[in-house]
Amino acid sequence: MSKFKRDYKKHQDLPLMPITFVSSEENQTGFWKTFKPVLEKEKCIKCAICWKFCPEPAIDIGDDDYPTFRMEHCKGCGICANECPKDAIQMVMEEE
Amino acid sequence: MVKMVISGNSASAYGSKLARAEVIAAYPITPQTSIIEKIASLVANGEFETQFVKVESEHSAMAACISASLTGARTYTASSSHGLLLMHEMLIWASGARTPVVMSNINRANGPPWSVWADQHDTMAQRDTGWMQIYCESNQEVLDSILMAYKVGESRDIMLPSMIIEDAFILSHTVEPVDMPDQSAVDDFLPAYDPEMKLDVDDPHGFGSLVMPEWYMEFRYKIAEAMDKTRDKLRDVQKDFESRFGRSYGGLMEFYECEDAEAVLVISGSVASTAKEVVDRMRSAGKKVGLARLRYFRPFPVDEVRWLAKNVNCIGIVDRSYCFGHGGPMAAEIYGALMPVADKPIVKNFIAGLGGRDLTPEVLERLYENMLAIRSGGVDMEIEWVDVKDGRGG
Amino acid sequence: MMVKLTIPEEELMMPGHVGCLGCGATLAMRYTLKALGKRTIISVPACCWAVMPGVYPYMCLDIPMLYTAFEVTGASISGIRAALTAKGIDDITVVGWAGDGGTADIGIQALSGAVERGTDVMYIMYDNEAYMNTGIQRSSATPIGAWTTTTPVGTTQDWKRMPKKNMVDIMVAHKIPYTATMSVGYPEDMIKKLKKAKGIKGPKFIHIFAPCPTGWRLAPDKTIEIAKMATACGAFPLYEVENGVYKISRKPKELEPILPYLKMQGRFRHLPEDALDDIQTRVTKEWKQLLRLEEFTAGNE
Ligand SMILES: Cc1ncc(C[n+]2csc(CCOP(=O)(O)OP(=O)(O)O)c2C)c(N)n1
Ligand code: SF4
Ligand SMILES: [Mg+2]
Repeated sequence: MSKFKRDYKKHQDLPLMPITFVSSEENQTGFWKTFKPVLEKEKCIKCAICWKFCPEPAIDIGDDDYPTFRMEHCKGCGICANECPKDAIQMVMEEE
Repeated sequence: MVKMVISGNSASAYGSKLARAEVIAAYPITPQTSIIEKIASLVANGEFETQFVKVESEHSAMAACISASLTGARTYTASSSHGLLLMHEMLIWASGARTPVVMSNINRANGPPWSVWADQHDTMAQRDTGWMQIYCESNQEVLDSILMAYKVGESRDIMLPSMIIEDAFILSHTVEPVDMPDQSAVDDFLPAYDPEMKLDVDDPHGFGSLVMPEWYMEFRYKIAEAMDKTRDKLRDVQKDFESRFGRSYGGLMEFYECEDAEAVLVISGSVASTAKEVVDRMRSAGKKVGLARLRYFRPFPVDEVRWLAKNVNCIGIVDRSYCFGHGGPMAAEIYGALMPVADKPIVKNFIAGLGGRDLTPEVLERLYENMLAIRSGGVDMEIEWVDVKDGRGG
Repeated sequence: MMVKLTIPEEELMMPGHVGCLGCGATLAMRYTLKALGKRTIISVPACCWAVMPGVYPYMCLDIPMLYTAFEVTGASISGIRAALTAKGIDDITVVGWAGDGGTADIGIQALSGAVERGTDVMYIMYDNEAYMNTGIQRSSATPIGAWTTTTPVGTTQDWKRMPKKNMVDIMVAHKIPYTATMSVGYPEDMIKKLKKAKGIKGPKFIHIFAPCPTGWRLAPDKTIEIAKMATACGAFPLYEVENGVYKISRKPKELEPILPYLKMQGRFRHLPEDALDDIQTRVTKEWKQLLRLEEFTAGNE
């Protein structure tokens, strides 16, 4: 949007009031996590229940119908692992 | 153009109609009630096409106006005293959200003790809310000020709300002849509201998000800067208005017989009319007195006050309200504006006319005489509560 | 993609928001926007959701959002609707989105006003059962028995002593055309009801059960599980009331006992046996009452 200056440095660059204009997707919340989801493809029945219950949402269903996790946004809450009917997602400790 | 003999409250209602306010949200309170009753009847009779939201409180009235304004509508409301006080949070919201809401406020005393009569404590308590404040002297000024307030407030470099203020009963319920400008002339003067940004599903944004300390001040500074700009803007708009409608009211402060005056009273609101008569009478008796009618309290007429101080060395300030623990709010701000003036005038603060106590010509004449006396004899007291019964009076 | 999704695919809530891990309130928003679509304007007062979209200049919603003061949601959406009507626009869904505190407590007056005036808006209360944004203080929607920072148990057993305020009852008393309860545990039910509500003119009141792991002292992966348990045990029944007619959306043959639901949450940990029994008695009684309401109002369209 031309009305907004992304690279604002002074008050003149700001809109009249705080009118937001940047997608939160730029805010990478992935670094919050302690545990990360790992999919065991063999167990997955491609039901997309994990996708349905992701509160970010940070799960994509690919062309092959398997879920993939957007690690840059996943906070590691573990809902997907808990809701998976086949126990196909494990939450494992993030390594440094 | 037609002439109507109407009250200040009717003038307010017609002002909102002439301005084509699109959304009105209001809640009744004495002595504002007849404004919204008038609007309701105009709407009920098909004479005024507006969305009149009959909210359940003044707080909601202001909230509805702000939200409607951010959706792109021209908005109007009216209140008084306790209703205005209840709005306080949303008044600050309105300026922060940069919504040019216009509101009529009838100056009425605050309780307790309950009182429905005039004083300025309600609006003075809102002086830090980021609203322009226009204190009117006549019903005509009430109507005209509404039209001008939209024009000033809706300018894209301003985007701030305005309060049009009239004294309880003295203006709100007293009829006077008022020129009703033609709708087409008003439409030419005041085109439809067209904000740069509004809530729009085709261009979605969040309005009013959380701001971290590193940018909060800049957003507040922008409000301060816009409010400062209103001084020039409203002078321009008044000139434009005068050229179209032939009426003017004297900028931020109206000076009456001040050029060569030896003593001047600073007064706001309808009492100014009484004071003008007193000035005329005293002038004809050879006493050089004058009147400075404060029209705008926000923005504050700093330059006008300084001009006055350069010309007149004895100034009495009549406050129709009081800041407990300090003094009259008008006086406090005038003293502040005088700081850089080299030869400071003699100043005195009168607290008078609270809760509808009449400010008669006799009272005002006494204040003038007092000012003329202290001009030579020195200030008797810094703050005088005029005619307060303390057992010492005559 | 071959898989048949049970809820709409379109996302109008984007990641990168700052909701806590496993926050039920974010899911409530995600599903709501899937149901209502892009032609929606939302007004949000002070609450977790006033923070979650992000700090300036970030925004996680792809619809216009107005930030408002805590107690004004009902008035704010009235103003938005009035402005749209003034402009001749009638194909936009106007949503007020407030927490349980902003609705059942400080905002109840403005809500009542908006509903009584018959305003064409959808008011949604996402219920995490306390003031979470300010750090877990009791609200009138906090359930009986719960610990919060203002019902801190202590040595005097000062937990929340009064039962949860029933907002749906209050809305029914307003003769509202449509009101319903929903839960993030049942997104398909949510979306179905929200779509229905969208098609109804006049005021709609929606109560969404939105577990808050942070405030309920619950593991963040249990949000959905606990939401389902709440409905199964009758702590949060799902139903709708259309013009006074009650219809229960999920009717288990027999309610599960409430104990496992309470035991899973740290906020009920302190409760002695008799208090747990008392809660069970209350829930059973209310469920029976709801069944009777359904029976009693059936066919009364
Ligand atoms: C007038 C006013 N009083 C108090 C607050 C502080 N406050 C902000 S959010 C909040 C609690 C919100 O609770 P709820 O509505 O349940 O939403 P939640 O945060 O739980 O999502 C409080 C008390 C405020 N912003 N404004
Ligand atoms: S405190 Fe609770 S409701 Fe608020 S963001 Fe965190 S999990 Fe969500
Ligand atoms: Mg809450």
